[in-house]
Amino acid sequence: MSSLKEFTKGFFKENPTYVQVLGMCPTLAVTTNAINGLGMGLAATSVLALSNIAISSIRKSVPKNLRIPIFITLIATFVTILDLLMHAFIYDLWKTLGLFIPLIVVNCIIMGRAEAFASKNGIWASFLDGLGVGLGFTGSLVLLGSIRELLGNGTIFGIQLWGKAFNVFVMILPPGGYMTLGLLAALFAFVGLKRKQRGEQK
Amino acid sequence: MRVFLILFSALLVNNYVFIRFLGICPFLGVSKKMDTAVGMGFAATFVLVMSSVITWFVNKLLIALGVQFLQIVTFILVIATFVQFVEFFLKKNSPGLYEALGIYLPLITTNCIILGVAILNAQANYSLLEAVFHALGAGIGFLLALVIFAGIRERLELYEMPKPFEGLPIALILASIISMAFMGFQGLIKM
Repeated sequence: MSSLKEFTKGFFKENPTYVQVLGMCPTLAVTTNAINGLGMGLAATSVLALSNIAISSIRKSVPKNLRIPIFITLIATFVTILDLLMHAFIYDLWKTLGLFIPLIVVNCIIMGRAEAFASKNGIWASFLDGLGVGLGFTGSLVLLGSIRELLGNGTIFGIQLWGKAFNVFVMILPPGGYMTLGLLAALFAFVGLKRKQRGEQK
Repeated sequence: MRVFLILFSALLVNNYVFIRFLGICPFLGVSKKMDTAVGMGFAATFVLVMSSVITWFVNKLLIALGVQFLQIVTFILVIATFVQFVEFFLKKNSPGLYEALGIYLPLITTNCIILGVAILNAQANYSLLEAVFHALGAGIGFLLALVIFAGIRERLELYEMPKPFEGLPIALILASIISMAFMGFQGLIKM
């Protein structure tokens, strides 16, 4: 039961994007369509799960004041592996995501989970935590990407939903990214407030 | 002439915060008050310029040794070490500046602008001078974005707004509007 909780808390309650506001740069930059969002999310998830496993397995032998450089080196190694793999096998996606693959290293979600969870918990729990938070991140990226792609281009995952006449081009441009994320964050806050009110009434 | 094109391109046309989406975390985090925004902006500009000089030499070394695949690992380590050194140096030699900028320095290591500019410099094959101007443009652009944003957010505190929009959501919508203004610089420079 508790391991299920570790896995699902990243979806809503500790959603990295809308609740914790971490990892904003890739969130805004690559979500011009749903596929890019999915690719970026899965890339970050794999690094997150692997680095959580690695950090959790060495957590007892790492000296306290040297831990941050060690964690960063580990994460950077995984990112390099991922970068080379993506270059070799999914070149198109690698090209679109471009700079944001190396920048997974400085994504605060990964360092944050390493520091807050993996350095204190067992390997299995850390793996589930990494996977859950990563999938929560992927979910928010896909949501954001779908909305922007639908409004800006009339498609979701490349499937045409309506004609060109309804397209608002600005949604694909940078301002659209900020706008969509702002409105979604407001929606999350609204749902949170409503839940709290209902809790108080009871 | 080319270096100034690079400078203004990084500063206005491709502003790192509003157009390229790098460094959003510190941008949203420290832009609540004007003086912290200015402090963070200057600290980031300084680290950006210095670290892009260092990573330029490191990159040349990596190419000479034929181990470019180590780029990500070495860059992040070099940047983290450099930031640590700056912190020690400031603490020892100028406590006043350390008081002002000290708390931002650890945050800067994980600012994606720093690593992003270093990698872009390497990808674009800039000369040392071009790399420095690119970093300077990115840094001043970041400072500009922070100052504009902090100025508006300080005023925004005084107004009432619907509850769910308080804090982050309204800040993001505000960023969207400023970003639209920055889109107006598109086409200013043809590289």
